[in-house]
Amino acid sequence: MDKGKQALQGLKVADFSWFISGPLVAKFLGDCGAQVVHIESGTKPDNMRSTLPMKNNVPGVNRSAAFARYNSSKLGISLNLGNPKGVEIAKRLVAWADVVVENFSSGTMERLGLGYEELKKVNPNIIVVSMPMFGHSGPLAKHPGLGSQLADLTGFGNLTGWPDRPPVSPPGAYTDFISPYYSIAALMAALDYRHRTGKGQYIEVSQYEAGAQFVAPLVMDWFVHGREPPRTGNRCPGVAPHGVYRCLGEERWCAIAAFTEEEWRSLCCAMGMADLACDPRFVTVIARLHNREELDKLIEKWTMEHPAEEVMTLLQKAGVAAGMVCNGRDQNEGLHLNARGFYRDLEHSEIGRHRYLMPPFRLSKTPGEPSLPAPCLGQHNEYVYREILGMSDEELVRLINESVFD
Amino acid sequence: MSSEGRQNRETMLGPYRVLDLTDEKGLICGKTLGDLGADVIKIEPPGGHECRDLGPFYRDLPSGEESLYWFAYNANKRSITLNLESEEGQDLLRRLVARADFVVESFAPGYLEKLGLGYSALSQINPRVILTSITPFGQTGPWRDFKTCDLVSMALSGYMFLTGDPDRPPVRIGFPQAYLHAGMAAAAGTLVAHYHRQLTGEGQQVDVSIQEACAWIPTDSAIYWEMNQVLEERHGGARVRPTTGARMKRIWECQDGYVSFDMYGARLARNFMTPLVSWMAEEGAAPDFLKEIDWNTFDYFAAPPELVEKVAVPVGRFFAERTRKELLWGGVARRCCIYPVATPRDVATSRQLAERGFWADIEHPALGAGVRYPGSCIRASETVSGVFRKAPRVGEHNIEVYGEIGLTRKELLVLRRRGVI
Repeated sequence: MDKGKQALQGLKVADFSWFISGPLVAKFLGDCGAQVVHIESGTKPDNMRSTLPMKNNVPGVNRSAAFARYNSSKLGISLNLGNPKGVEIAKRLVAWADVVVENFSSGTMERLGLGYEELKKVNPNIIVVSMPMFGHSGPLAKHPGLGSQLADLTGFGNLTGWPDRPPVSPPGAYTDFISPYYSIAALMAALDYRHRTGKGQYIEVSQYEAGAQFVAPLVMDWFVHGREPPRTGNRCPGVAPHGVYRCLGEERWCAIAAFTEEEWRSLCCAMGMADLACDPRFVTVIARLHNREELDKLIEKWTMEHPAEEVMTLLQKAGVAAGMVCNGRDQNEGLHLNARGFYRDLEHSEIGRHRYLMPPFRLSKTPGEPSLPAPCLGQHNEYVYREILGMSDEELVRLINESVFD
Repeated sequence: MSSEGRQNRETMLGPYRVLDLTDEKGLICGKTLGDLGADVIKIEPPGGHECRDLGPFYRDLPSGEESLYWFAYNANKRSITLNLESEEGQDLLRRLVARADFVVESFAPGYLEKLGLGYSALSQINPRVILTSITPFGQTGPWRDFKTCDLVSMALSGYMFLTGDPDRPPVRIGFPQAYLHAGMAAAAGTLVAHYHRQLTGEGQQVDVSIQEACAWIPTDSAIYWEMNQVLEERHGGARVRPTTGARMKRIWECQDGYVSFDMYGARLARNFMTPLVSWMAEEGAAPDFLKEIDWNTFDYFAAPPELVEKVAVPVGRFFAERTRKELLWGGVARRCCIYPVATPRDVATSRQLAERGFWADIEHPALGAGVRYPGSCIRASETVSGVFRKAPRVGEHNIEVYGEIGLTRKELLVLRRRGVI
């Protein structure tokens, strides 16, 4: 499909990954113009295919919007890697590819006969990015895991919540949205290195170690002081007001923060309470921190009389950082995101017309976009096996009969 | 791998130079390019960057040279001072841009244009340059001039709505995350643009919106609405299946804190309920009803709430009688995923990270001590990445860097007196 000039045009990617972290890497590459082949078992497909939500709640291997979110711009094939002939075909794809992406538990690719040494035999310059949970060494190397729990092991869980309550832990697979950026950066850097030296390489991105980058100052603080931070809800040291305030309606909230005295005065004026700025309880940040609870109550009394959108817009126009707490519906309606073309609707054969997200970086001359809806299971078998790998009708039929594509 | 082994190998981005004009919103971008070997020059206003005031501080000395936040996200950078608002400073920047491959900035949209240093101006000096701009809402659209902070970005992302106890306001992750997502999206996007440039010679501007980077984080709330018009809600340390209303605990109390465990069945059962129940049975802690459930066919989307609650009772008791360490390593021995809800101490003392040689001890001569940094999460067979140099002091490399563009020490003194550097 020609969508004009794209940054990664001509780059070929064999995507053996599943769940979120690995597929997201390959999706972003595909959105930027790379040709991506997503390889799945036909009998034990990517677990995301059974993950809700399904269109209109009707289950089906091709109906998960969760799978779709991470797999736009890919050709999808089914291949039985438990079958030696399936492994041979996988190697033919690796011979075709510039880049391999995988995020199996450590040791799985080797067990399948697709370890780096094997892949180098068919493509000496291949670049492999492997995204195991914990890396390929150490006592946890072979331990399975999911991103949802890795977020707790990395420290995000315990940090989140209220001082007087148990931790609440951020939901979903939080660390799955950290490691892909490191993988893409490393892949692009490795492609540059190959461009200059002719050498491919094997890259390992430990998802645990990627997550640790996002709490680095706290861990360094422990090394220096042996200190652990308490849970602080939505507070921020040295800043008041800084919180989430209830607005008009059910479960409507707006985040508001004033970092400078100017912002604080603007906030008071915008709320129609200009006097508050000179009130001795709130006149300096020290005073506001001291009387924080009183201050929060006064602000909330005002926000509760207004819709969250209105609070946000009014305060932003006054130069104060404010943002409504978006629910799933607000995310879809996202006025600004839509104006920027962050969402792209594509027609999916079983889900119908639905939404895909752009990568979170926009290149001015080669912006890229989701170019294909997520593939149905094995949807592009014929194209990939025939056009990319050059199989004849005879070979295809024989392999089908031998269950190689199951 | 040993530090000697590291020194003997090249980096991936060794030949390239980055000018880093970012504040908190983008520091991690340059840091990561530096991990991969790029020569990153942090450009600070004379007197030092305001991000040096972000805590925590080394030995609690709140000075610009002691911020651990600054250390963490400015390692692998050299620092120069430059007053962007003075004409002479702008001239110096132009001279630096002529020899740079990347410029990363996080000013408000339009600020650099106002100074005559926007993309079109920079690309005239250096057509190959890649300018990466990290802003709250991107370079375009009706909200482009709105302000943000971590709390506001996390609120707008949709993630905060799902985080926290249902009887309290939505809550953010207790350490600022939004800018780190944007900074890393910027690192990825910058290098995608680099790939294109190396093939075509064409530079461009990379527009990173913090809002868009954060919109990726909530896994499924937007699509639940789109597909089924269902609003996902927040449930504290539990997972509530919109299909059945069953409340499945994710965070469980144990003897010395909390552990994270999911009650998964079906294909995931082999990592979760199957090994746990057999471990409980070994220790005489599994009631008969629990042993009789076939976890391989247990559908966690369809399990009725009463069953889920019934299962949680003996499981919760089993956890409550054991420590985080016992549960982690007992789980590892059985390939069962029970993870501590870790504190920074647990991360700092992790056996896994220690055995992999993750930490990098870097000398800080001015502090008279070493500081332990997280290493790189990227390891490669042909090249090395990691923390190669400590975070710089204000203007530490003025003589070195300005020398490279031909300024003499005398000229630097003049510029310093005039408040340019």
